Amino acid sequence: MPYRKYQCTNCGHIYDEALGEPSEGLPAGTRWEDVPDTWTCPECGASKADFQLLENA
Amino acid sequence: MLVIVGTGHAGYTLAREFRKLDKATKLTLVTRDDGASYYKPDLSKAFASGKDADGLVKASREQMEQELDARVHAWTEVTALEPASRRIRLPQESTLDYSQLVLATGAAPIRIPVGGDAAGRIFSVNNRLDYARFRDGLAPGARVLIVGAGLIGCEWANDLGAHGFHVSVVDVAAWPLPRLLPEPCGRALQDALAGLGVAWYLKDSLKALDADGAALRATLAGGTTLEADRVLSAVGLRADLSLASAAGLACRQGIVVDALLKTSAADVYALGDCIEIGGRLLPFILPIAHAARALAPTLAGTPTPVQFPAMPVLVKTPACPVVVCPPAVIEGTWQVSGQAPDLEAVFSDPAGRPQGFALTGAATARRGALTATMPPVTPR
Repeated sequence: MPYRKYQCTNCGHIYDEALGEPSEGLPAGTRWEDVPDTWTCPECGASKADFQLLENA
Repeated sequence: MLVIVGTGHAGYTLAREFRKLDKATKLTLVTRDDGASYYKPDLSKAFASGKDADGLVKASREQMEQELDARVHAWTEVTALEPASRRIRLPQESTLDYSQLVLATGAAPIRIPVGGDAAGRIFSVNNRLDYARFRDGLAPGARVLIVGAGLIGCEWANDLGAHGFHVSVVDVAAWPLPRLLPEPCGRALQDALAGLGVAWYLKDSLKALDADGAALRATLAGGTTLEADRVLSAVGLRADLSLASAAGLACRQGIVVDALLKTSAADVYALGDCIEIGGRLLPFILPIAHAARALAPTLAGTPTPVQFPAMPVLVKTPACPVVVCPPAVIEGTWQVSGQAPDLEAVFSDPAGRPQGFALTGAATARRGALTATMPPVTPR
């Protein structure tokens, strides 16, 4: 399955599964399902639930 | 009815969180601006994102009313708060009664006195409409003098400097971000911005601003004179206490709130840049999300004390990214390692416990690892 991107609806920060968020302890390739529910947007602090799948991105 | 004063990041974030929990209670927001939703940190990176003030709007007032099932009163200044009768006063003798009120009135730019006949032409940008005024007539390649080398001043310097403007920065401090960074980290940022063409006037201050034809002539305390087309003041913010203090709410540097974000008045709460909690102001963006996620359930009937973890601040200076977790304690020392511009600095208290950190350049990748070692802001 190709990697997907999710965007924070609050600030616009993008979580790209291909890149992960290494500075947050999420290595490249970390799938969105594997990002902990307690994880928050590193930019603005919004919850994981506030992210939306970016279609065709 | 829940009434929120302010539709900045704090007001709208809280409204969204509240609506996740309570879809029935009537919700009204009051704002002195147009009520459009935007993300304030985007202002100081607008050129990098190719957007102007209108392009930064995420949702219009009407869209926000629909999304939140709320009424948003735009262009409306709250003239008074009457906690005893649970009422706020609006212009033209109109009033709003609340069952719960939230003050999200933010902070206002500090203005330092400047002499000269053009001191009134100094801009400060604290919201999207200010930004629209600043951008209006700002010619490509214009000379911009920024007063203040703090977080916002440095972000402006980067955004303008990287997009063809001739930027100068003046600050009384010896290096940029003086209150957040130890000297080596500040120097790394200074050098990176200088690489974009930013001219630094440190340990100096703006003494006078005079008109010089269509341009401006800035005179610094050290005697230097500079020509500029625009002057932008970014010397810091002060909590907006006007409404709260006039109503007799306990205020110090900010509106005093407890762990439930409750002010000294019954059924009046506050969050964002206007509050003081545990003797601290919590500026920057991250605390707002944490505060909103606690205050929303409190307002919806489940009292929930706010818990702030360590909250690193991301400084948007792509020329030299900076992440800083400011220490809450004063006593201690910085230990800096690495090779500029990639520096890691850890602030430890006299007992050797890490209390804060600062990272520059490639070292910002260590953000998560270091954040995990930091004490929470509100240990309870």
